[in-house]
Parts: sequence; C-alpha cells; structure tokens
Amino acid sequence: MNVLRDALSQWNWYLDGWIIVAGILCSVATALLGNFLVLRKMSMLGDAITHAILPGLAAAFFISDSRSSLPMFAGAVIAGILTALFTEWIRGFGKVDEGAAMGVVFTSLFALGLVMIVQAADHVDLDPGCVLYGAIELTPLDTVLIAGWKIPRVVAVLSIVLLINLLFVVCFLKELKLSSFDPALATTTGFNATLIHYTLMTLVAITAVASFETVGNILVVAMFVVPPAAAYMLTDRLGRMIVLSVILAIIAAITGHISAITVPHWFGYGSTSTAGMMAVTAGLLFVLAALLGPRHGILIIFIRRQFLSWKILAEDIIALMYRIEERDPDRKPDAGYLREILFSRSLPTSLTLRYLTNRGQITGTNGYYKLTETGRDQARQLVRSHRLWEHYLVEHAGMSTETIHRQAERLEHFTDRQLREKLNEDTLNTDQDPHGSPIPPEEFSD
Amino acid sequence: MRLFVIVFLLMSLCPHAALLAADGAESPASQRSITDRSISIPEWKDWRRVFFLEDYNTRIVILGTTLLGMSAGMIGSFALLRKRALMGDALSHATLPGIALAFILATSLGMNGKTLPVLLSGAAISGLLGIASILLIRNLTRLKEDAALGIVLSVFFGAGVALLGIVQQMQTGHAAGLESFIYGKTASMVASDAWLIGSAGLTCMLISILLYKELTLLCFDEGFAHSRGFPVVLLDMILMGLVVVVTIIGLQAVGLILMISLLVIPPAAARFWTEKIFYLSLVATILGALSGMIGSAMSAIFPNLPSGAMIVLVATSMFLVSMIFGVPRGILIRKLRRYQLNRKVDRQHLLRSIYEYLEAHNMLTEKNTMEDKSVPIATLSRMRSWSPTKLHKIIQRAGQDDLIETDSGDQIRLTVPGLSEAARVVHEHRLWELYLITYADVASSKVDRDADAIEHVLEPEVISELEALLIQQASTEILPSPHTLEIKLENINSPDSHSRRPGS
Repeated sequence: MNVLRDALSQWNWYLDGWIIVAGILCSVATALLGNFLVLRKMSMLGDAITHAILPGLAAAFFISDSRSSLPMFAGAVIAGILTALFTEWIRGFGKVDEGAAMGVVFTSLFALGLVMIVQAADHVDLDPGCVLYGAIELTPLDTVLIAGWKIPRVVAVLSIVLLINLLFVVCFLKELKLSSFDPALATTTGFNATLIHYTLMTLVAITAVASFETVGNILVVAMFVVPPAAAYMLTDRLGRMIVLSVILAIIAAITGHISAITVPHWFGYGSTSTAGMMAVTAGLLFVLAALLGPRHGILIIFIRRQFLSWKILAEDIIALMYRIEERDPDRKPDAGYLREILFSRSLPTSLTLRYLTNRGQITGTNGYYKLTETGRDQARQLVRSHRLWEHYLVEHAGMSTETIHRQAERLEHFTDRQLREKLNEDTLNTDQDPHGSPIPPEEFSD
Repeated sequence: MRLFVIVFLLMSLCPHAALLAADGAESPASQRSITDRSISIPEWKDWRRVFFLEDYNTRIVILGTTLLGMSAGMIGSFALLRKRALMGDALSHATLPGIALAFILATSLGMNGKTLPVLLSGAAISGLLGIASILLIRNLTRLKEDAALGIVLSVFFGAGVALLGIVQQMQTGHAAGLESFIYGKTASMVASDAWLIGSAGLTCMLISILLYKELTLLCFDEGFAHSRGFPVVLLDMILMGLVVVVTIIGLQAVGLILMISLLVIPPAAARFWTEKIFYLSLVATILGALSGMIGSAMSAIFPNLPSGAMIVLVATSMFLVSMIFGVPRGILIRKLRRYQLNRKVDRQHLLRSIYEYLEAHNMLTEKNTMEDKSVPIATLSRMRSWSPTKLHKIIQRAGQDDLIETDSGDQIRLTVPGLSEAARVVHEHRLWELYLITYADVASSKVDRDADAIEHVLEPEVISELEALLIQQASTEILPSPHTLEIKLENINSPDSHSRRPGS
C-alpha cells in the first residue's frame, strides 16, 4: 500500500481528472456504437477504420496544405467511410470473404498512408506513432475557452461526439435492433436497413477519428469491442447490454488510468501509457464477465454441467441398485462393483455415494450399500421412466431393441411424473419393457 | 477510386518538387545505399544497381522480401480458405507485449535485449498465447470469431503499448529499436535476417507442401476430415503455428501492421485466377514473391518510398488487376458471361414464343410452307413483357444469326435452322416442365415459370438424362405442353390482356 500511496501522491486533480474525463468520454462514445458492431459481427471494422484513416489525414494535408483540425478531421472521416465502402464493394463485386476483403482494404490504405506521410515528412510533423498510441496524457495541455472555462479541446470534441452517438442510439434503438438482428425484416417493414448501416458506419468513422487523435487507435479498437462483448456475456437483452457496456467502459477508463499510474511503480518504474492500460483493464473485465456471467459464463456453464453429471451419476447409482435388488433382493453392492458397471471414476463415485447417504436414499454398512425406502421410490420412478421410454422407442420411434437402451438411459434423467403418465398412456399401460423386464408401477399401493 | 488517382498523382509529383529543393546536389552512387534518404531521380546506374543486384544490401533485402512474400502467400492461401484471413492481423498485434516483455526480461537479466532471437521468441510466445485466447473465446463463449479477434488484438496490443511505455523509462533501453517491429525497417535488413527469413520461410513452405492433402481437407471439409480420422485439432494448430512463424519473421521486414497484408492480399488476388487449391497456393506464392521483389526494388530505386508500404501497395495493385481481369472469377469475365447468358436467354425466349404461337395457330403442319409461318411482332411483345426497343434488339440479333427473317416490318418468321433451334428449345422447356411435375410435385399451372428459370443452363447430358427418365418410347417428336398455352391473338387490343399465360 505504500507504493500505491507514493504513486497517488503525484495525483493531480486537474491533470488526472481531465485525463479520466477524456478516457470516459471516449470509451463511452465508442462502446455505445460497439454494441451494434459486435451484434452485427463486424467487430474488426473499428480496427480497419482506425488503420485506414492515415491516408485521409495525409491527403487532407496535401490538399489543404495545413495542419488545421477541420480538413484533417474531414479527410480522416472520409477515409474511414471509404474503408467500409471498399470492403463492401470487394465483398460484393469480387465475391471475396468479408474478413479477407477488410484485410485487403485497410492494409492497403494504411500502406498508402505511410507512403504519403513519408513524402510529407520533411514538411510536416505527422507522427504515425501518435496515431497508434495516442497521447491521452497530453489531454489537459491543449485547451479551448468555452463560456469562460478552460476545457481541453479533446474533451470538448469527444463530448459532442458522445452526444451525437447517444442521440443516434436512443432515437434509432428500435431500428438498430431490428436491422442488427434481421436486416431483411427491417427492409420489408419499411425502413431502410442500408441507410441505418451506413449511418452507423459514418458515426463509427467519426468516433474513431475524434478519439484516436488523442487517445490512440488501440483504445478505440478496444473500446469498440471489449466492453460490449463483456456486456454480451452478462445479459440477453439489448437495452441492458448497452447500459452494461457503458458502465464497463467507465470502469475501464477509471481503473485504466489509475493502474497506468500505480502498477508500474510496483516494479520500480514510472507511469505508463494510459490508453494501453485502459485496454488491458477492459480485457480483464471481459475475462471476468466471460468467466462469471450469470447465464453464459464459462464457470457457470462448467459448474452447471458438473452438477448435472453428478445428478445423473447419483440417479444411475440408485437405479442400478434397484435393478440389482430386483434380481437378487439380498445382494448388497459395494462401491467397487457399482463403479465397474457404471464406468465411473472413484472420486465422483464415493462423493456421490456419500451425498446419497446424507440424503437418506441409501444406507451403507461396511462399504456395502442398500436402498432405503425413499431411495427405492426414487429409483423405481427412474427405472419406470427408463423402461417406458424403451417401450415407447420400440413402438413409436421404430427403433430396434438393441439400440434403445442408450437412448432411454439419456432420456430417463429428464422425465418427470407428468411425462411418465403420458408415456404410460401411449404405450397402452403395458407392464413389460421390450427386453421382458417388468415395468415397476408408479407407486406401490400398499 | 478517385482517392487513388489523387494520391498517385501526388506521389509522382512529390519527388520532383523535392528534387528542385535539393538543388541537384548528388552524392556519389557508391555511397548511396538504400538506407539513404536523399532524394533524386534514379539514373541508369541506379536501375542497373537494383536490376542486376550489384549492391550487396539491395541483394539481401530483395532476396529476403521475396522469400517472405513466397512463404506468406503459400501459408496465407490456406488461412484464407479456412476463413482465417484476419487471424494474422490479431496475431501480429498480439506479438507486441511478448517483444516488450522479452526485452525487459533479457535486459534485467543483463543480456542484450535487442538481439533478434530474444525478441522473436518473445513474439512467438505471446503470439501463440493470443491465438490460444482467440480459440478459447470462440469455443467457450457465445461470441463469434470477429469479436474474439477484436478483443485479443486490442487488449494484447494495449498491453504491448503499456509495456513499451515502461521500456522507454529503462536506463539501458532504447525503445527505438523495438518500434521498428511496428513499422518495419526493411532497408536495414542484414544478411542474418535474410537467412532467418529464408530458412524459416522455406521450412514453413516445406511443411505445408508435405501436409498439402491434410491441410486442403481441413480447409474445405473439416467434418469430413474429422470423420476420416485426421487429427483436425492438431492440423489446425499446425496451420496456426505456420501463420505465427511467417508473421514473426515478417515483423522485422514489413512491420506488424503490414505483415497481415502479405498473408491476405496475394491469396485473395490468386482466388480470382483459379478454382483449384493447388493453383491457388501456386499463384499466391508467385504473387507474394513478385510483390516482395518489386516492392523492395522500387524502394531501392526511389529511396523516398518506404519499402514495407511499397510491398503492400504492389500487392494491392496486383489484387486490383486480378479482381478486374481475373479468369475465371474476375469482375469483367463475370459481367461478360452474364451478358452472354442474358442474350442467350432472350433469344431462346423469342424462339419459344414464336414456336408456341405457331403451334397454337396450327401453323406447324406439313402443308404450311415456311413462308406462311409469319408471326406479328406486336403479338410477341405481348407474350413476354418486352419493351418494343428490347424486342427489336433481340429480333435484330437473332436475324444476324439467320434464325429469323423479317417480313414487311411488322411480321417475322423462322428460318429453317431457326425452326429446328426453336423446336429444340421448346422440347427442353417441356422436358423440364414434365420433370418438375413428375418428380418435384410442382403444380402444372406454376411449372412454366420454374422451368423458365433453369432451362437455359441445362447441359446436353442432363437433357438426355431427362429424356431417358421421362420418355419411355424413343421419340424425336416435340413434347406437347403439359399446361394450356394462352395466346390470345383476339385480345391484343383490349386493355386488360396482361396475362400471357398461366403463372406469368
């Protein structure tokens, strides 16, 4: 904590505050649009556009012969839109796969930009490095006077861009939603999906240009994709996804800057690139979301599968014990025998046996197990499901008696009482399965 | 396109402008290596220096980039077919943190952090980690490939930039050398770099040639390859590994951002020239080699052009030429084919309309001579929804081929070859209609339009197969139409006679 305090002692509310504000504005503006890029499977477009801006900048310089912001901005935006157009053309006319078309277009434009910048290098200070990393740290130094306040130029520009994006997303949420999920339906219901598409592309280009100028293109690409992707792991609803992506973007911006100042201190270095660290923290947030997401998280899915497989193993064990009992009422199987028949491993088996004992479905003495009354009821229902399914598969699905066992094995675990009644009806109340074993009744009447 | 024009104009103007400023002060040619940044119009000896590879440095650079282009073209064609074109992009960005970290570690251990093997092994490790993350994200979450690429690319690159920020503060570190990985410093390539590129690139090519059959199967039908017992996952990893190696050896030469273009553009260009994967990889290899060679040669002749970018631009111009002129998949050839098909379709429709008109008016019998079989043009334009100008054009073209003759302005009739061609067309149309009715359960009132869509592209073998399928008794007669033909000559002048025939 000492180190942290040392690092934060250099904290300057004026400098760091503006840097964080710029980071938040940029990441929120990009994340808003990024949601739709992720949903439309066009995540790489942000990357392509930010690379392809270079020739636009250079061309604007050649034509206007000045480094003033407006022509540069216009040139870059035009180059960005052209990237989307060229990609579309090459994909459409040339019948080239989308990824390859994008790769061809943006690398070519980037190379063109490099050549042009080298040509201009003697006359102008156009540093390609600035395009890549940005210089968010220099945000507070370049200010404009707005209504008597000295506000960094970047913050002013990004606020306008954020406002435009916000208006676009809020006003056209329904249209964006429909055209993202079903462009054909969108077109048939009367609004122009192509128009929406190109408006989105234009805004992506504008946002990318406005942001990369100061915060660099890595941050733009990262914020276009990463917070929306993380939000997509957390929810199934578009509205929530957008809100979540904005929240994640804000968190990434704040923690990104703080960690850019503090983390290198732990290893004895000074602060490092804020934009880079924002991308990294966004990445960490994504990893967390991907692991822990409530419905689609990797861990959650894994745990759910584990529980399911344990449940199935438990059910298999008692069903097996029921069958053993059915054949030879005095035989009491031990863990080894059960494992041998069920092909299960020893650790899950012993855990499951303990679980079943605790639930009072089986009792164990000296390593030999026996069903209790509740266990037997449960097992009878399982065996009944199994044999009813076997019967059903032979009678109604036309399967041969040799292959039905595995199918029935799978289905039995997902069969409740209602379904059993239905099966019983469909198999005409039979009391024998196709192998000749008796189908146990739902409940013993005694 | 206009952008390109402007840019090339500007590019061609710039050296001249700079030359005037340089006031003709020329340094002796012997001192001018290609790393020299002074500007001048190349003289004959400069051309000779490059073309005959007189300069040692030029020789190394051209050899290195050519080999790089070859191996990237070959590996890239498999990556392209596997729809992994942008994998190289994500991968090359993902190498940056490895490079920076390798430098930091090596320096803090007291070694020289800038040696190529150290940096490249760092690059390889983080590149592989990047690919593993892409595969993990794609397979374990519900995100698609594009999002996985975007995430890995930006987060790894961000980490790399953050690490470079640290490198810049190290007393021993001069990050300038590391920056060359981003833009590439082709011109400063030395013999050992060329050897590295050559040996690694050739090894990659050799591996892909040895695994040619397996990789092809992987690209086209993963499921089939899996079912035939090929280790699909292993093959996929090998392919990705090859991409990693090629990308990494290319980092030094063209830089990480442009490296992807060598993997993507030559195969994408080759795709316009061939349908076979063998020729695809061959053409891509050649195109890649040419772009490397021409690009670095150009930058050697015009010292003001950065070589990495020039290599890419040469590849791009090859791509554009291929996209327009490529056979059999270029734009021009496809337009031409479409145009020819449309002409053929129009002509067949014309002939069939005439034939059906004659048939409906019982004018095909023996006693009618060819002279009697005239059809009024006005009726034909009703039968299909042709505009008068279009019909006129079609008739003119058919007339040039001696299929029809024009009588007195508003009547046309078939010539003898025209009649037999018309009979063939009608026969094929009705065969197909019959097939659709018999085998595809299409209602006879709707079959006309369906047959219309496909009859023009039937091969002769298909026709004979259809005949064998549908006509038991050998018959050369024209089939009767399975549905009623409505050709209302009487109604021509009535305003509501739009419907020519059922289903149209």
